[in-house]
Amino acid sequence: MRTIDLAVTPLRELNAELHRQSEGTNEAEWEVLNPRGLHAVAVGVDAPIKVAVRGPVGYYGGGMNKKATITIHGSAGPGVAENMMSGSVVVKGDASQYAGATGRGGLLVIEGNAASRCGISMKGIDIVVRGNIGHMSAFMAQSGHLVVLGDAGDALGDSIYEAKLFVRGSVKSLGADCIEKEMRPEHHDQLAVLLDKAGIKDVKTSEFKRYGSARKLYNFNIDNADAY
Amino acid sequence: MCGIVGLFIKDKALEPRLGELTAQMLATMCERGPDSAGFAVYGDAEDGKAKLTVQSARADQDFAGLDAALSKAIGAPVEIERKSSHAVLTVPADKADAARAAIKADHPGVRIMSAGETIEIYKEVGWPTDVSDRFHLKQMSGSHAIGHTRMATESAVTTLGAHPFSTGADQCLVHNGSLSNHNSLKRKLKHDGMTFETENDSEVAAAYLTWRMNQGMNLGQALEKSLDDLDGFFTFVVGTKNGFGVIRDPIACKPAVMAETDQYVAFGSEYRALAGLPGIDKAKIWEPEPATVYFWER
Repeated sequence: MRTIDLAVTPLRELNAELHRQSEGTNEAEWEVLNPRGLHAVAVGVDAPIKVAVRGPVGYYGGGMNKKATITIHGSAGPGVAENMMSGSVVVKGDASQYAGATGRGGLLVIEGNAASRCGISMKGIDIVVRGNIGHMSAFMAQSGHLVVLGDAGDALGDSIYEAKLFVRGSVKSLGADCIEKEMRPEHHDQLAVLLDKAGIKDVKTSEFKRYGSARKLYNFNIDNADAY
Repeated sequence: MCGIVGLFIKDKALEPRLGELTAQMLATMCERGPDSAGFAVYGDAEDGKAKLTVQSARADQDFAGLDAALSKAIGAPVEIERKSSHAVLTVPADKADAARAAIKADHPGVRIMSAGETIEIYKEVGWPTDVSDRFHLKQMSGSHAIGHTRMATESAVTTLGAHPFSTGADQCLVHNGSLSNHNSLKRKLKHDGMTFETENDSEVAAAYLTWRMNQGMNLGQALEKSLDDLDGFFTFVVGTKNGFGVIRDPIACKPAVMAETDQYVAFGSEYRALAGLPGIDKAKIWEPEPATVYFWER
């Protein structure tokens, strides 16, 4: 295992080293010490390696990840795992605003709470949050899944496209064009797979409600022309 | 962008380290606000005395003989302690208003940064660590401190445009964000007798809270009201003689993270600002909720 201590090694060196890794690398396990809230820790990794970050990170931790398994043993600042392509990012603590924003693939697990705008404009990423999420989460979410074991804040799924949202607790309010939908057998199956991937075994899929798009905003309604 | 740090000490044993810890926190926020910086420190009160912190762009000229001239004008002794472009004037508490008026009338180059029993405010244009070194922040002690690094958006990069803003005795406010209704609100506040030194939106927020507290509200109640009356983006950290408050607008775009231990309550725009605090590994750390008042008093 390679250990890089950010108290002595500059952040850019860490990221450059991680970027040198590719498929089949011998350096499969990495440990990062003393992140102390630094921005852009372990961003843009493009190799099937494991990275354990020991402590809280600042903006964009694990951003643009492809293939790597990144675990943050602490909390994460704004934009954790933003634009992830594949692989996984696990946050052991809380995440700040816009966690997993615009993510195209992979799995983001937040074991604490996520703040506002979680999964904003998500495009295929799967996000599982053990705690609560803040307001405006899944805003304009296009595809992928957002699973929340706790409660959701105001305006969940505003202007949502085809992402699927599963919430176990309460939803303070739904955003424009987001509605509760029936949990059919295939949704239970889908949710079970996601919970399993996130390592969550203590909840049942029957405890969740599903939310998604009413598809009323997809096309312009001519009756609204006067409003413009 | 802007960076904010704040430290409210609960355990008196930590008070001698207030300046050192605040300086260290402020240093982590340099690139969030590289154009100017400032800080308010709530130090010891001296019985029956008030402090005025003043600033001048021509300090050598303006501060020479300022204590004597002021003493003559108010008919009471005045002590002066100069720190670079700033100076702290100590006057009898019942002469504080007179001293203020005399400075305004007779010393046009001298600007009043703060007035009160314990508050001192220092702020200047420049790289934040240079500003904090210039005023020896590290050596200061006290009960609470609020610092700000500025990236200007709504008004010019000047000393007076830097934060904190103080619009009432022992009160100060720092702001990350931008207000959109500050002009109309300012007209209303002016009508009610509030005065303004700058064109800055954050000064309007500070004056608004002072105006509310003048109506008899405590800081917590004034902050609660600000959610109805202020429009725009804001994370505010506010200090009074014995209080420390935090509030974010309902959209809460402007970052904020807080930490609390038995020894202190701390605020940072980012976790980096908190990383060096004693016992941070065991602190309760959380992100303040949108449109929620957080308020501590001692």
